[in-house]
Amino acid sequence: MKKYIKFAVLSPILMILEVVADIAIPYLMSRIVDVGIANQDIEYVLQIGLIMIAAALLAITFGVISSNYGAKAGFGFASEVRLKLYKKIQGFSFANLDKFTVASLITRLTNDCNTLGQVTMMSLRMAVRAPFMMMFALLMALNINASLAKVFVVSIPVLLIVLIIILSKARPLFLKLQTRVDRVNAIIRENLTAIRVVKSFNRQAHEKIRFKERNDSLMFTALKAITLIVFLMPVLNVIIYSTIIAVLWFGGNQVITGSMGSGELISFITYITQILMSFMMMSFFFMQLLRASASVTRIVEVIDTEPEIKEVPVPIKDLEDGSVTFKNVCFCYPESTEKTLKNINLHINSGEVLGIIGSTGSSKSTLVQLIPRLYDTVEGSVLVGNEDVKRYDIKALRDNVAFVLQNNTLFSGTLRGNMKWGNENATDEEIIKALKQAQAWEFVSRYNDGLDHIVEQGGDNFSGGQKQRLTIARALLKSPKIIILDDSTSAVDMATDAKIQRAFKEELSDVTTIIIAQRVSSIQHADRVVVMNEGEIESLGKHAELLSSSPIYREIYESQQKGVGV
Amino acid sequence: MKQKQLRPKDPKKTLLRLFSYFKFNIILFFGGIFFIIIGSLAEIGINGMLSPVIDTFTGNYDHGLFVKYILIMAAMVAVISISQYIGNLSMAKLAQKTVHKIREDMFSHMEKLPVSYFDKHPHGELMSTFTNDVDMLNQSLEQSVSQILISFVTVVGTFAVMLVLSPILTAVVAVMLAVMLYSVRFVGKRSAKNFRMQQAALADINGYIEEMMTGQKVVKVFNYEDRAIDTFSKKNKELKNASTLASTYGVMLMPIMGNLSFVMYALISMAGAYFVMINRLSIGNIASFLLYTRAISRPITMVSNQLNTLFAALAGAERIFNVLDEKIETDEGDVTLLKDCEGKKALCWMVPKGDGEYDKVPLNGFITFKDVDFGYSAEKSVLNKINLYAKPGQKIAFVGSTGAGKTTVTNLINRFYEINEGVILYDGIDIKRINKHDLRSTMSIVLQDVHLFEGTVKENIRYGRLDAADDEVVEAAKLANAHYFIQHLPEGYDTILTSDGQNLSQGERQLLSIARAAIADPIILILDEATSSVDTRTEKLIAEGMDKLMAGRTTFVIAHRLSTVRNSNAIMVLEHGEIIERGNHDELMAQKGRYYALNAGTAELE
Repeated sequence: MKKYIKFAVLSPILMILEVVADIAIPYLMSRIVDVGIANQDIEYVLQIGLIMIAAALLAITFGVISSNYGAKAGFGFASEVRLKLYKKIQGFSFANLDKFTVASLITRLTNDCNTLGQVTMMSLRMAVRAPFMMMFALLMALNINASLAKVFVVSIPVLLIVLIIILSKARPLFLKLQTRVDRVNAIIRENLTAIRVVKSFNRQAHEKIRFKERNDSLMFTALKAITLIVFLMPVLNVIIYSTIIAVLWFGGNQVITGSMGSGELISFITYITQILMSFMMMSFFFMQLLRASASVTRIVEVIDTEPEIKEVPVPIKDLEDGSVTFKNVCFCYPESTEKTLKNINLHINSGEVLGIIGSTGSSKSTLVQLIPRLYDTVEGSVLVGNEDVKRYDIKALRDNVAFVLQNNTLFSGTLRGNMKWGNENATDEEIIKALKQAQAWEFVSRYNDGLDHIVEQGGDNFSGGQKQRLTIARALLKSPKIIILDDSTSAVDMATDAKIQRAFKEELSDVTTIIIAQRVSSIQHADRVVVMNEGEIESLGKHAELLSSSPIYREIYESQQKGVGV
Repeated sequence: MKQKQLRPKDPKKTLLRLFSYFKFNIILFFGGIFFIIIGSLAEIGINGMLSPVIDTFTGNYDHGLFVKYILIMAAMVAVISISQYIGNLSMAKLAQKTVHKIREDMFSHMEKLPVSYFDKHPHGELMSTFTNDVDMLNQSLEQSVSQILISFVTVVGTFAVMLVLSPILTAVVAVMLAVMLYSVRFVGKRSAKNFRMQQAALADINGYIEEMMTGQKVVKVFNYEDRAIDTFSKKNKELKNASTLASTYGVMLMPIMGNLSFVMYALISMAGAYFVMINRLSIGNIASFLLYTRAISRPITMVSNQLNTLFAALAGAERIFNVLDEKIETDEGDVTLLKDCEGKKALCWMVPKGDGEYDKVPLNGFITFKDVDFGYSAEKSVLNKINLYAKPGQKIAFVGSTGAGKTTVTNLINRFYEINEGVILYDGIDIKRINKHDLRSTMSIVLQDVHLFEGTVKENIRYGRLDAADDEVVEAAKLANAHYFIQHLPEGYDTILTSDGQNLSQGERQLLSIARAAIADPIILILDEATSSVDTRTEKLIAEGMDKLMAGRTTFVIAHRLSTVRNSNAIMVLEHGEIIERGNHDELMAQKGRYYALNAGTAELE
């Protein structure tokens, strides 16, 4: 941040120097007219003229350097903020991410940071230029003719009042305009995503009417706002020219009586324009600032958020084994008082295969997310390898606990690149082994370019089932002590799913495996199955036992027996 | 994220097409131009008035003349402000109305585009054309057009007046203007180049942010944070450097042009002073001239800034027109649906015989596929030689693995896609001959990803049939098993759904979509049974709803439940775009083929 302060200070100083030159030039001109011409002194005219040119050239130099420094300071600052923001977000826990939502974080990192850069740069320039220009020009006007400068007592307040009235009336209109724009955009987006529904129900005409209503109201509001804003320029011109006429009227007498030179009168007129235009510039600047203030608030909101999950001062780096213990665990999500998990007690042996089943909302995912500390417990504790998860180095813990998320995603690049997320140094053999275990090699091996096969953003060029198998392989590459599959085979056909389960049982027997599933077939071969219901463990046991002991399990099983896995 | 083009490919054609939009507001357009020109001329005039006014002070002072001049100036101020107001307002109104019309055209065109268009073009791209490009065009029409016009009039007019006042001083001005134009070109070129680089860097980092933020939870689970920060930091630095350069060049023009005009001002002062001394010019002349030098340099800066915006806007307009030029869905169908056929309540197809007479074919819902081939693109075939039929009221189930072509088959019946070879018959009529609107009005689809609309629950169900009465809506909801949960919503049937029904659960959305299909009371039903991420209890409700919906209709179902498959009249097993097995459940199980194996997948685990 510090290296930009230099530029942030120098840019306005150079700008002020530029303004000084701009102000001096009309005054020098008045000397040419009133002294040079009056005395018929060609040499004096030449001398002053050259000074003017030198001043203008200096001003160019100052101006160019100031532009560069301003840009360096503005965008340098913005890039620091963006990086800081990004780092902050990388440190966010799941709870933080849930609170902000992905879409809003994207806007903050992109639009808001860009606006901040633009506005910082503009502020360094405009916020300095306009007031100094006004001040210096006013001083010069006073210096030339204090009695004539009285015209400003009338014109400046009139201009201010007009600006304030128009802008304050325009502001609510522009806010309203924004909601109108949002409404139009919403219906366009809706029709883009639901185009098949619109077409299959023949609702094109109906949608057109809905769109027309919103499009019309957008136009009406825009016209209202514009009618107001269009007033600005003509009113400003009336004020500037009226002031000039007034100066000619009152100043003319003084020129005739000889108390004022005509050169002075001409330069005075130049200053009028400079002073009044400065006010205009300042008002534009304030409008910009208003726009930016919303962005700043949104950025600060993220920066001020503390990551919910913190490490202890001297964390443990090694896991003894893959056992997991829940001790009297209660959990509720932030901003919710209702307990999502109620008093959970469960011990999972190292190397065990545990299935978890239950209806949506029974908090299956919540339960397993506590293991790699994606969330922290509210009451009770979670132990991994016989140590409280809170005592571990978070990186070490998550390296040992592989988690295949429900809404999993691949990243643009190659298949190999994606697999290396699991292990940066993985060899092709290791990658292929993991792909085989996840039953993904079967289709990957069919690509001509094999592991170099391109992955599109989000992995959109793979089917749901393929994507799930790839994400399982990626997790296996971490060679974890514990692996958690959160509904990760839902799109895989049953036969392949069975092969994956078998691979886990046979080849990864020392890895603790926790499988959340909707389908009984995915978990019925597990060592034990947990049946979750409304945040509690309803029952625990083997498939056969549960069929007789758990009514929920039986209901799920029977409903699925009617289904065929195709 | 793809980088957008900043310059139009064919600006002349785009401009002409844009002008064609003005014909709806021809008065605004020419009125606006007229008043803007008047305003600019009056501004030249008022600056010129300074010359005689100041000269009245130097010679023999004539108070009457002075007052007259001042009054003329006052009158000119009135002309300036009034014509500026009318001119700017007209242009702004013209911009709004044009953009309003363009938006409307785009939307109605979008509604007519074939489904395949939306497969090929990402939503984000279309959305950006709809919002950013239209917005840019609006701004440009509102400001750039009038500013360029003003600048042009000011430069030409001022130059002419200067030439009359003093040809020699004008020569000085001409030289300086050449210098200024050269600087504009010099800086402008670099500014444009760096601006493009900035846009590229911005697109790059935005794309990265979007991808990584979407997968942020995966990043956490894989301890990928540090590597992500490294890449981000690199891209961030690139963006910073590009932005700094682009903006330096962009902003630089202001001080350069402003102060070059001061150099010109100084030269005019010196030369002017000399001519006053040798009595060739008056002091008033110099005063006017000096004001003119300021007035003539401002438009040059302005135009150079506006040109970039204008070009970007034209490039955007080109994208807009590209969308408008996209081929719409063809509908050559001349077979229409007649209600209350033969005086009864029944419906029938009106098939023209060619001699002005019609054959009346009763609507039954009999579908036949004959040797149907289809591919989304010419080189990649998805379906091969599909032959099948569904008699009225029959149920046809499609099974097979993901990507086998199940969804594609169903998308051909309602002509979302056009088949390449073969023919699909509806009650014996080629569906290509049937008017698309009427064809689709006889069918309902229930898809796996449900899309709902902003509005009340009631409105969403009624989407299936707009004239349905309130009790019919409730009836349909009951049939779909949706009535129970709707009753428990805060406002019941009047609960407002946010866009795409995000305030409902996946299962609830699915139940609503069944109700929506039910109220349409179609002859033919197309159904995707998949119910992923729905809990078992809701799944049961959905299954029951679907069963009730299917009763008595010709149904094509992408089957996932054994009960559906068992109750089907025919099961089509699809593999790589071909029907490899067909028959009812018992027959197929007896064949011990692919269908048997699919079932055995379950059996093996049991």
